[in-house]
Amino acid sequence: MDFSFTEEQTLLRNSVSKFLADNYKFEFFKKNSRTDPGWSPSVWKQFAELGLMAAPLPEEYGGLGGGAVDTMIVTEELGRSLVVEPYVQTVVVGGGFIGRGTEAQKAEWLPRIAAGEMVIAFAFAEPQGRFNYADLVTTAKKQGSNYVLNGQKAVVLGGPWADTLIVTARTAGGQRDAKGVSVFLVDKKSKGVVTRDYPTVDGLRASEVTFENVEVPAANLIGALDNGLELVELVTDTAIAAHASEAVGAMKVLLDATVEYSKTRKQFGVPIGKFQALQHRMVDMFMNYEQSASIALMVTLKLGEDTVERKKAASAAKVQIGKAGRFIGQNAVQIHGGMGMTDELNVGHYFKRLTMLDTLYGNVGHHLKRYAQLS
Amino acid sequence: MDMSFSPEEEAFRAEVRSFIAENLPKNLAGKRRSEYTTREEYLAWHKILYKKGWIAPLWPTEYGGTSWNVTQRYIFNEECARAETPMVLPFGVAMVGPVIYTFANEEQKKKYLPRILSGEDWWCQGYSEPGAGSDLASLKTRAVREGDHYIVNGQKTWTTLAQFADWIFCLVRTDMGRDTASTKVQEGITFLLIDMKTPGITVKPIIVLDGAHEVNEVFFDNVKVPVENRVGEENKGWTYAKFLLVHERSGIAGVARSKKAVERLREIAASETVDGKPLMGTDEFSRKIAELQIDLSALEFTELRTLAAESKGQHAGPQSSILKIKGTEIQQRITELTVEAVGYYAYPDARGFGDNEYPVGPDYAVGQSGHYFNMRKASIYGGSNEIQRNIIAKAVLGL
Repeated sequence: MDFSFTEEQTLLRNSVSKFLADNYKFEFFKKNSRTDPGWSPSVWKQFAELGLMAAPLPEEYGGLGGGAVDTMIVTEELGRSLVVEPYVQTVVVGGGFIGRGTEAQKAEWLPRIAAGEMVIAFAFAEPQGRFNYADLVTTAKKQGSNYVLNGQKAVVLGGPWADTLIVTARTAGGQRDAKGVSVFLVDKKSKGVVTRDYPTVDGLRASEVTFENVEVPAANLIGALDNGLELVELVTDTAIAAHASEAVGAMKVLLDATVEYSKTRKQFGVPIGKFQALQHRMVDMFMNYEQSASIALMVTLKLGEDTVERKKAASAAKVQIGKAGRFIGQNAVQIHGGMGMTDELNVGHYFKRLTMLDTLYGNVGHHLKRYAQLS
Repeated sequence: MDMSFSPEEEAFRAEVRSFIAENLPKNLAGKRRSEYTTREEYLAWHKILYKKGWIAPLWPTEYGGTSWNVTQRYIFNEECARAETPMVLPFGVAMVGPVIYTFANEEQKKKYLPRILSGEDWWCQGYSEPGAGSDLASLKTRAVREGDHYIVNGQKTWTTLAQFADWIFCLVRTDMGRDTASTKVQEGITFLLIDMKTPGITVKPIIVLDGAHEVNEVFFDNVKVPVENRVGEENKGWTYAKFLLVHERSGIAGVARSKKAVERLREIAASETVDGKPLMGTDEFSRKIAELQIDLSALEFTELRTLAAESKGQHAGPQSSILKIKGTEIQQRITELTVEAVGYYAYPDARGFGDNEYPVGPDYAVGQSGHYFNMRKASIYGGSNEIQRNIIAKAVLGL
């Protein structure tokens, strides 16, 4: 067992953290997310130049050969700065699917991800499906050398910014059958892709995406036909790990801000941090943060283990971090009092990000059930 | 960063596992909740580890420790928990031992350390007093210097297993000018080692909620203690006491034991039925267990992170209070869910059955509610969980 970072990993953390401290202050986040297009292609380009996209990708495809620990380092820093740019969607989800594709697919797309030339969104959720990846009304039917997609995808995060969609669709079986799920890479400019774009409560942008007889080359099928569900679970578990450390980064900012505020805000003639009721609340926030940091590390290190262990670790992380995010977010607002309610202060924005991260890839209730079933 | 075990570490695990399998007497393994470990049983396991040289993993090798690294200690704890060995009581090996090799003089080290290791001396801890619980420094037991002796008068309480003890390490007040609520109240305290056979010491049992005789009151009536039994300087005892409280807290979270206890709980819930189906299969109960296991997984990694930092020489110190709080919360939750799992057979008082009498209900239910009541102590002892929160608030968050 070894819990130390390599020299390269420490350098990676320092360079992301310095770049964001200089270029991604809270005021930038607000302006960036509220001005169309709601993200910054220039920041994206600079991420690529810093090697963030390349960091976890394999060397033979333009990557730097890192892994989940490198992703964890990057996303923790992104979380600290409330970054909206779709790093996890593109590098972890997009890179995760393509990295398990054919040689030709890897050679075509991974170097482009590494170079920051591709922006990917993951279109998996459907209005009726809630957190079940297999509950698919969207279909893909083979027609000559193409698949033809029809259906609707809900809340595709980063959809407005993406040039490429990774789409789950039913190629066989009934609406909720495990078998018959397939994964496709779809050029968003394809004829028949209709999007309705909108802002999300946590400062991102999303799309409702409708597919009307969209033709996708058969070569864009990723993974085995009809047997995509396990692949989807694997890649989303990897994304869960990445978002877990993003949440940990956000929690740390809230914890520090709250403790700091309680030392300066005076009531009844003393800093409110002198009140034991608030001290113990903040200690509970601290413990929630520490336990979350621990479980983010755990899921990162267990991604390579056998399927059941990996799934349990991912669900454990979702449960711990979902609960902790809520606790820390709510109490950060509470202890900041009226100021915590304002749009002006950063606290509420972190609270909103943490709240929405609980929903992504299944909330606490869903993952508690998944964990229990796997145990 | 990597959480797999190297071939050397796997070999070490195999060595520990087979040593335990070959040496742990059957009657000492996985005792039932209703059976309290006796003095002889504690000592039997202590001596087995001592003979092997494994009794004090944390001590430096020059004093008889093992020089194991963090991973080896983790593996050792896991294997002991897996085999459900008796605990090695902390008072000698984990508490007074490190104080002695860190602060005592050469003569004291030679006199006490070997006998702690061998188990010849059973130690107990004389900290709490009737008026000094969480506010430990307000203690009133007095030691007055008379020639080459101290004369000790006062009372200690909650003294765990003092009825078995040969020695007690005591915090006593030597500077009477400072026994008021002054800010320097910690400065007049001295750390004394006292032979329990000294005239004037009386031990009186305190019976706790499950009927066990685990703790005691210890009275000191003009007890003569040689000055050579003082550790370090007079009036500086608080420093040594504090060292003991924050010193290397590996194992304080009890993760390995809790993992085993959850396994037991799952077995019980698999045997119990609801409408003819296993309790473990119900959504409600299985999710409670899932939540508990997830909490425990997070704590395991919090402990590993702490140990990893300590192995690099970073002192975890007050941050380790989190291990005590979460660790005891989880231990208590396990006992609570176990009582819930056994249903009606939580009722019988395990101590109401004679030695040759079969208790009622399934074996696994016997004594579980007693154990639940008993374990309420965990969030009170060793600095209550509220005091641990005060420590974090002050020393980690700077409040």
